[in-house]
Amino acid sequence: MRYGEIGFDLEVDLSRGSIDRVETDPNDTRLYMGGLGTNAKIMWDRVPAETDAFSPDNLLIFSSGLLCGTAAPGSNRTIVSTISPQTKLMAYSMMGGFFAPELKYAGYDKVIISGKSEDLVYLWIHNDKVEIRDASHLKGMGATAASEAIRKELDDPDIQVAAIGLAGENRVFYASIEQGRSSASRGGIGAVMGDKGLKAIAVRGTKDINVADPAKYMELCDGVLKYIKFRGDNPIKGVPPILQGLGSPQEMAIVDEEWHTTNFTWGNSRTRRKDFWTHEIEQKWKQTQENVRTRLISCHNCPMKCGATISVPGLPTYMMKCYSKLTYTMAAFSDLDFGFRIAQKATEYGVDGFSAPQAMAFGLELLEAGILTLEDFPGMPEDTEGRFFYLLDKIVRREGIGDYLADGTYWAARRIGKGAEKYDHNTIKKHEQLPLKLGMLNPVYYLMYSTGEKINITQIEGQFPQEPFATRELREEFVKDWFQVPDEKFKKYYVDWEPRGEMSNPYYPTVEASCEIVDWMEKMHYIDDALGMCAGLSSFPLKPPYHIHNYPEFVTAATGIKMSKDDVWKSATRTRTLMRALNVRRGMRRADDKPPEDHWRKRFPDLEKQLLDQYYKLKGFNNQGIPTRESLEELEMGFVAEEFEQKGIYNNG
Amino acid sequence: MAKVKKIVKSITIDADKCNGCKACEVICSSWHATPRYSSNNPARSRIRIVRLPLRDIYLPVYAGEYTESECTGRDKYIIDGKEYNECDFCRASCPSRDLFHEPDSGLPLKCDMCEETPALAQPKCVEWCHAEALIYVEREEEVEEDEQPKLGDVEIGIGAMIDKFGLQQVLDTIARMAKP
Repeated sequence: MRYGEIGFDLEVDLSRGSIDRVETDPNDTRLYMGGLGTNAKIMWDRVPAETDAFSPDNLLIFSSGLLCGTAAPGSNRTIVSTISPQTKLMAYSMMGGFFAPELKYAGYDKVIISGKSEDLVYLWIHNDKVEIRDASHLKGMGATAASEAIRKELDDPDIQVAAIGLAGENRVFYASIEQGRSSASRGGIGAVMGDKGLKAIAVRGTKDINVADPAKYMELCDGVLKYIKFRGDNPIKGVPPILQGLGSPQEMAIVDEEWHTTNFTWGNSRTRRKDFWTHEIEQKWKQTQENVRTRLISCHNCPMKCGATISVPGLPTYMMKCYSKLTYTMAAFSDLDFGFRIAQKATEYGVDGFSAPQAMAFGLELLEAGILTLEDFPGMPEDTEGRFFYLLDKIVRREGIGDYLADGTYWAARRIGKGAEKYDHNTIKKHEQLPLKLGMLNPVYYLMYSTGEKINITQIEGQFPQEPFATRELREEFVKDWFQVPDEKFKKYYVDWEPRGEMSNPYYPTVEASCEIVDWMEKMHYIDDALGMCAGLSSFPLKPPYHIHNYPEFVTAATGIKMSKDDVWKSATRTRTLMRALNVRRGMRRADDKPPEDHWRKRFPDLEKQLLDQYYKLKGFNNQGIPTRESLEELEMGFVAEEFEQKGIYNNG
Repeated sequence: MAKVKKIVKSITIDADKCNGCKACEVICSSWHATPRYSSNNPARSRIRIVRLPLRDIYLPVYAGEYTESECTGRDKYIIDGKEYNECDFCRASCPSRDLFHEPDSGLPLKCDMCEETPALAQPKCVEWCHAEALIYVEREEEVEEDEQPKLGDVEIGIGAMIDKFGLQQVLDTIARMAKP
């Protein structure tokens, strides 16, 4: 018997219509733990380097994490892995909600989809009964509406559904997979699902999830719950409201958006509006938000309330979390009311809340610049809000200019030509980034932006504060109860970090310290993504309940596989390295490891080179960012080095 | 019949505060697992949330008595513009629905308020509900002395089997299974 995990995956080949329940190798659990870790191993073994995102050979893996569905609060993430049509690299996307626990209650750790169905279908998993069902009646339906229709026809409101909307069906390169209050949005995984002819996966499970050391495991869970309560009662002082507590930034609860609206950029990530936030705006936005927000809601077994049910009068109800309330608002230079209205449509269509508004603002910027003309936008309304709704409709249907914009700003710019390339200024590895443009280079962020395999800062940054507090006394106060650090030296790095002067950005934290900080942040995310733990209770917020000191105990008590701190750390290193290897095998190199050129006004090429060199060294990569044979063997992944050698990857750089 | 004082335990449900996280279902099924905490499975939980997010219905219900036949209640209630079924509020382990039946055997489940020696300060679901949707209430009531001994889990289970298969078949089966 297996503990923590189930020990079985569901293999579904949509070309052949076959369904198999396959036992997994417990040794892979020891090596990669689960979730993203074991996904990466499957992708390495089974998806050859030359496989296109829209090839039937591409896999689409829905995975639970190792702790998902156990009593550990917040262990509910579904990790979706495939090849991205947009970056052509590994798509690295996840969602909270209820899907992963339900999948495990049904008796599976993962659903691995291969092949392609000729007709639109959905998958129905009910414990041991699994069916591929016709979905022609759901074609073109919104993601939320289709999920409701499935629950109704299967007559069980407790079914969890992950579905795509029109954007996924039409293979928009930033189509999302929606699941109730959550979505896996980044990297265009919804387009892969649409390409496979899979409208939805519906799952219902009524089996047990077992843990190996029940008493110990519950003691750990109780400890985490108590600490969550403590952190709720003791917010971090001296940081903006959305960073004070646990969970995702509390966008649904908090109305004070001064920090986002004045620090982040508007339009096609262009304009900073430092004076935007006024008392009048605050009153208006407060009223808007409170009028449409019905209830604050949670994911499976988590006391945080990061999401909300949104009912805009006259529109169907939907659920929202985090930052998408502002991405459309700010891209269109509009207000919050517009944000909530267009997000309703965007959720039904199933598009990513970062990429979609940027692609639309990018299109309108090209119009303004004369690279596109009004003829490219037949019938488009005059007002900006109307134009955004118009473009959203065009994009998800891939009609006219929408077909270009549906590929994201990088590919659209190259297809359009005529100098459009320079308007694609906010992508890394062809993927739209958070709309943020800053002054002084921050060495830690430079590395996270440049090297992260997630290609997405919001899921890489972590519990090392983004800025130093103004005085040494405040910083000393902050580190007093900072027990989450893996090593005491991180406290010193933080205490010594000054807002200005010699001990400030970009030369402090030093190159070595910056690499170590990034290593810590990154490792915690890789552990979360293997365990299916929400970053909102672990790697993302300041002073979280899960950390490197209690995670090994959780893993050991859940699985019965004895894992020390070093073992867990090493497993995360292994997955991080394998993710890099997957992307290297697909052609990624040092030249790709860079932030958007205009992300910081003040850049330091020599320092940046040193940072990257040192980071690669620490990671066991060569100076092209390729994992070395030595480091791969140390991680029991000699098989990767072998393939690199066979393919001449080491020689050709 | 003599009157006695008795502590009545109940859970007041503030449905407006429920965030739909199912922590109550996880901890209930975990507490009642054998060995304790060795597994969890919301389908075995003695508290369940009627959860219809798009209609903003979040209604925790904890399991009450087993009933051998379903009632005729099919009424609808509209509260604050939201339509509920009569069944949504019902705590019975009833043959009309899967709720409060063991998923494998179909045996009924009933909330026991996590009775334990020494007593817990409150049932586990209440302890784990950070949303404070579940409020544990103890009140003293004067009741008529209950001469019927309280049924344990095994009696309730066998009772349900008798209702389903008839006494003779259950007796025969137990006799057969008891043979070495």
